[in-house]
Formats: sequence, C-alpha cells, structure tokens
Amino acid sequence: MFENLSEKLDKAFKVLKGQGNISEINVAQTMKEIRKALISADVDFKTAKEFTATVREKALGQEVLSSLKPGELLTKIMKDELASLMGSQSVEINLNSKPSIILVAGLQGSGKTTFCGKLALHLKTKNKKNPLLVACDIYRPAAIDQITVLADQVSADIYKEVDNKDPILISKNAIEYAKKNNNDVIIIDTAGRLAVDEAMMTEISNIKSNIKPDEILFVVDSMTGQDAVNTAKAFNDQLNFDGVVLTKLDGDTRGGAALTIRSVVDKPIKFIGTSEKMEGLDVFHPDRMASRILGMGDVISLVERAQQQFNEEEARKIQKKIAKNTFGFDDFLSQIQQIKKMGNIKDLAGMIPGVGKAIKDVDIEDDAFKGIESIIYSMTPFERSNPNVLNGSRKKRIALGSGTNVQEINQLIKQFSQMSKMMKMMQGGGASKMMEMMKGNNMPKM
Amino acid sequence: MAFFNKIKNLFTKSEEESASDVLSKKTKLNIGLEKTKSSLFEKISRTVVGKSKIDENDLDDIEEILITSDIGVETTLKIIEKLESRVEKEKYINSDELYNILKKEISSLLISSSNIDNDIDSENNVPYVIMVVGVNGVGKTTTIGKLAYKFKKSGLKVVLGAADTFRAAAIDQLGIWADRVGVEIVKQDMGSDPASVAFDTLQSAKSKNADVVIIDTAGRLHNKVNLMNELAKIKNVMNKVIPNAPHDVMLVLDASTGQNAIEQAKQFSAVTQVNSLALTKLDGTAKGGVVIGISDQLKIPVRYIGVGEALGDLQMFNKEDFVDALFTN
Repeated sequence: MFENLSEKLDKAFKVLKGQGNISEINVAQTMKEIRKALISADVDFKTAKEFTATVREKALGQEVLSSLKPGELLTKIMKDELASLMGSQSVEINLNSKPSIILVAGLQGSGKTTFCGKLALHLKTKNKKNPLLVACDIYRPAAIDQITVLADQVSADIYKEVDNKDPILISKNAIEYAKKNNNDVIIIDTAGRLAVDEAMMTEISNIKSNIKPDEILFVVDSMTGQDAVNTAKAFNDQLNFDGVVLTKLDGDTRGGAALTIRSVVDKPIKFIGTSEKMEGLDVFHPDRMASRILGMGDVISLVERAQQQFNEEEARKIQKKIAKNTFGFDDFLSQIQQIKKMGNIKDLAGMIPGVGKAIKDVDIEDDAFKGIESIIYSMTPFERSNPNVLNGSRKKRIALGSGTNVQEINQLIKQFSQMSKMMKMMQGGGASKMMEMMKGNNMPKM
Repeated sequence: MAFFNKIKNLFTKSEEESASDVLSKKTKLNIGLEKTKSSLFEKISRTVVGKSKIDENDLDDIEEILITSDIGVETTLKIIEKLESRVEKEKYINSDELYNILKKEISSLLISSSNIDNDIDSENNVPYVIMVVGVNGVGKTTTIGKLAYKFKKSGLKVVLGAADTFRAAAIDQLGIWADRVGVEIVKQDMGSDPASVAFDTLQSAKSKNADVVIIDTAGRLHNKVNLMNELAKIKNVMNKVIPNAPHDVMLVLDASTGQNAIEQAKQFSAVTQVNSLALTKLDGTAKGGVVIGISDQLKIPVRYIGVGEALGDLQMFNKEDFVDALFTN
C-alpha cells in the first residue's frame, strides 16, 4: 500500500518533472490520492479533508531534496504530520491515588472486558500493583462470569454482586472492599452502550459523578469506520475521558479511527490490544500507527527488534547460505532461536511492507518451536545439513528420539521448505533492503 | 434505540407523499417540525433544485454522504459515475428525481437474499443447519439468541450448539439465551474441541427431530490462519452427520466496522463459503454502508439486521429501508 500510494504520488508529479520544489499546481493533483488513501484506511471524511489541507500547506514550497522523489517527500511529510497529530509521546495512566479508580467504557463488543483483564495483569507485572476487577456489566448475559474467568486467569482479585442491579452501588461497595482488601487499583468494567442510548449514557455519567474515577478509559475497536467520529464525540461529551484504548490491532485493519478520534476529541491513545491472550497489551506508538494508517508496514518496530537480537555476522552467513542453497536445519535452528527472542515470526514478517500478504498462508505457530527444536536435535549433523536424505527409516528414528511421530516430522520438513522458499523470495525482493538496513545500523529514512 | 424504526416510518410516510407535497415538506422542515428529516440529502436537494445538471459541489455532497456511511471510495466512485451518466442522458433533473436515481443505483448493488423459510421447510434439509461466524465482538451470540427466538416463535424446534469454547463465559452466555428463549443447547466444557461440540449438536438435533440447528463459533480475526483452519474443520465435520450441512454459513458484521469488513467477508468466505450476512448494531449512529460493497463484489446478501438488545430486535433486511436510512441523520 505504501508502495502504491508513493507510486501514485510519483505519477501525479511526473507531469512536472524537473521542477525543484512542490508548487500549488503539482500538489493539487496528489491531494485527491492522499484523501482516497486516508478514507480507505477508515479516517473520517472531514478529518481526512482537514488533514490533506494541512499536508498541502506544509508541502508547498518545500524543496525536493535530490535524494528523495516528490512522492517520497510528500509521504514523509504526511507520516510526520500524522504522528505529531496522534501525540508525540505515549502517556501513562494516573495511578497516584490510593486506591486509584479506573473506569472503562465503550460500545458493545469493543473489547472492554478483555481489556480489563489485560490491564490487571499489566498493572500487576509492570507496576507491582494489586488490582481489583469490578464487574459492573449487569446487562449482558454472562458478562460477570466472563470477567470472573479472566480475573482467575490473571490471578487478580474480583468484586461482584450477582443479584445487584445498580452499578453505582456495586462500584461504591467495591471501593470499600478494596480499601479493606489492600487493593491499590480498582478497574471497573461497565456494560457496552450505544452513544445514542440516552438512558445508558446517563447511567455511566452517574457512575462517574458518584465514584469520581482517577482515570476514564474509552475502549474502541480499531476496525471502526466512519462512525468513530460520532461515538468518540458522544462519549467524550458525556464523560470527558482521559484516554483511549485501541483494541484488536492484531487484525489487518489500517486503523484510521485512531486518527479520527485523536483529532476529534484530542485525547491520547494509551494502550493497544494486540492479541486474545492476556499478555497482549502494548503502549501506543504514534509513529508506528502513522505508518500503519498509510499502509507502510511497521518497518521501524521490526528493525528495532531485529537490531536488539540480530548478530551481524550471523546474518551475513545466513544470507550467503540462502543464496548458495546450503541452508540447512542447523541454520534453521539458530534462526528459530533468534526469532524466538524477537517474538512471533508471523507478526514480525507482517511488519515488512508487502510481505504480510505473501506469507498469509504460511502457518507458523509461536509455541510450535519446542517440538521443532527437539526434532532437529534428534537429527545427525549430516541430516541437518542435507535435509534431502531424510527417508522413512531416518524419520522413524528421529520420531523415536524426539518423542514425536513421523507425521510431525513431515510437517516440519514442509515448514522448513516453506521457510526456505520465503527466504529466497525475501532475498530477491524488498526484504534484502531490510537486511542492509539492519547491518548498517541505520534507521530507515522515510 | 428506535432509530431505525423511526427512519423506516419516516420514509414510508414520505414515499406516500406526492411530488407536490415537496414544498409543504420543506416549510415543515424550516420550522423545525421534522428534526430527523434535516438530513444530508436535504442539503443536496437545496443545491440541486432548479439546475439542469449536477455540478461539482453537488457531487461532493453526495460523495460525503456515501463516504461517511462507510460505503468506501471504490463503491462511491462507482455509484457517482453511474449517477453522472444517467444525468447526462436525462437532460433536466430535479431533486426528487436525482434522489430516486441515486437510491435505485445503490439498491441495484445490493443483491436480494432467498427466503430462508422455504429452505427450512424443505424435506431435504432436516434439520436445517446454520453456522454463525465472524470476528470478535460483532454480536454473534446475541444474534443467535434472537434468531432462535424468531424460529421458535414460528413453531420450529431449535437446538443451539455452543462451539465457542474459547472465550471466557461464552458458553454461559449462549446458555442464558437458550433459557430465555426456551430452546435446547448442546455444550461441553470451556477449552474443548469446537468441532466435537458441533458434531454432538448435530447428532443430538437429528435424534430429536429438530427443525433448525444454530452453531455458535468463537470470534476470530480473519488474518489468523490457524483459527481460520479450525473454522473449516468445524464446518467439515458437520456434513458427516447431516449431508450438505451447514446449509447456511452466516457471517455477522458490526455496522460500525469500516472498510476492514470487506476483508473479513473475503477471508471468511474463502474458508467457509459464507452465504448470508447479518448486520448488527444498526440502532446506533453507524450506517453499515460497507455491506453495499460486499454485496456488489462478493455477491453475498444481507439477510438480517440487528436493531436493539431485546429478543425481538432482529429484522429481515429490506433494501429500500436500508438505502433510505443512509440519507438520514
């Protein structure tokens, strides 16, 4: 998509090739493309319009540096502008009171309850807190059971009153309970509600005025479309919330709603949800979100993580081996070990522009590594460097040695050849550039 | 709450009005008697009245309405192109005509769904099996509760299968719906194999001569290969019990979802051959216009819409009402 947008912008500029700076005329042609790209990423119509106008102002008169194509320059201006719009720094939540009260609100199905569980775990492990989860969704069937199960999963305390239908009373009682029970943070999960539902919106305002929370978080699904503008405004008018939580970012949405919300209510995005697991909560990085909205892939995160883990020499050796077709199971093993330190391989590869789609069907589970390692350890050195010799009887022996079966070994061999294939592909394409960047220790200039 | 109904009433009313009523309608609007009618379309009407062709500004207004309804850039351009060529042919055009042409063009992109009741009555499909799929939080379980209620009310014997064994308390949630509606539910423990739950449900339904089976599945993001493969497995196991089951794979979409819904429809179709859509949460301010593109590109019809949290708040999708609602604030 980044390539697409950048190419389109270049095309629009071609007419005026040779011009040294961005002028009124050549900018006008590209603005439509930019607006289209933003709207396709679910940025709100008006926000996209305003944003385009800002970019245009910034772009006018800019000298086109010899190293950059006009399209690239414009994309850079856009990305910087997007990132600065979304806040240049991540903002922490307020945990100063004892106990600190966090109120969680949002539409139905945005992921409030899951977020509450994740936040409890996050506060326990990162902030050494003793959180209390409070079940105040008295409407949705089994919502209380759901948060009880999650509290159990993250070993956090829970406060619930199954027969009480008054969320204000429940939260007040919960605060008293927390004081006795030494909980220093209280996380209140509320029912999902539509912004147009007056009774429900009044209810949440009343909860707010009665318990005076230290932090109100608005949870929003990152796949939200144009309606983000209405919903964010309505919730903010009613609650004046402190921050936004963007959920389900492990999907493939471009997440333009993030920009919409930021520019409509001017509140920071504080957390993002990145998996169904309780560990899947991250702090928000504006520049990475900017890349995502523009469809540029998250090269910066990838390079950062890679730089932490990759051994330059090792990388060069492996590159050579792939080129010479002598990439074997030993190399695979050492790759796995490095990758394990970086995170899930699919997530990683997905960050490379253009690669995410290509490996969509290559299936590599994150906990599958354990079995793979034991299988490879059960191979002889000869087998490891010559995968082709693996016949039936060798496979049987390896299966016995690794406590697996032949089927699993076949699967590994399949995965191995898929991976080799992918690596060859990466060598030819844009990813070799990425390897260059890693080696040179330079951050990409975008 | 009754947002959708309100619009429906409004438009059934306004369609009955003849063209000569337009003036009085406008007066009413001006004195603010019809608040909801101060729609974006009125803005177009005002700009177009008395002109022989649509100019850039009108097109911009129309574009804004379509885009802010989540119809998407590609589909919007397609609609506007068609509109322009129609207007070129028919020299003079007033606002009502323009509105009707626009509505017709959009309606033509929405394909109609077959009547499910005929399928259910058919001797070959006993029981009729519906598998419900979608990403997390779109309202699958709630939609199933409402569907079960609808079928039960029309005298059919319904069995639910709790094959969302992943999400905390999903089984309990479906169980509560089953109690409310008064239908049977087949379930296992949290964390058990969803395909096995589906298998059990179909066997139980068959032996009890049920008419309809609805299988709930865990929400999953469509880019997670393993979870999508699991869905294919759940689907495949069903026709081992009942040939051709599931007869309907229903994708549930949240009306507030933007352009990502197209990708959801593509990926879920690729794995489970989705043949109908349910569009939920239409009682909010979201318009759900993305289904127009899905219907046009993938030829999957919308069958139901969710318009509230009560048992009866599931309606058959009606093209005309839906298109009308796009043009109302």
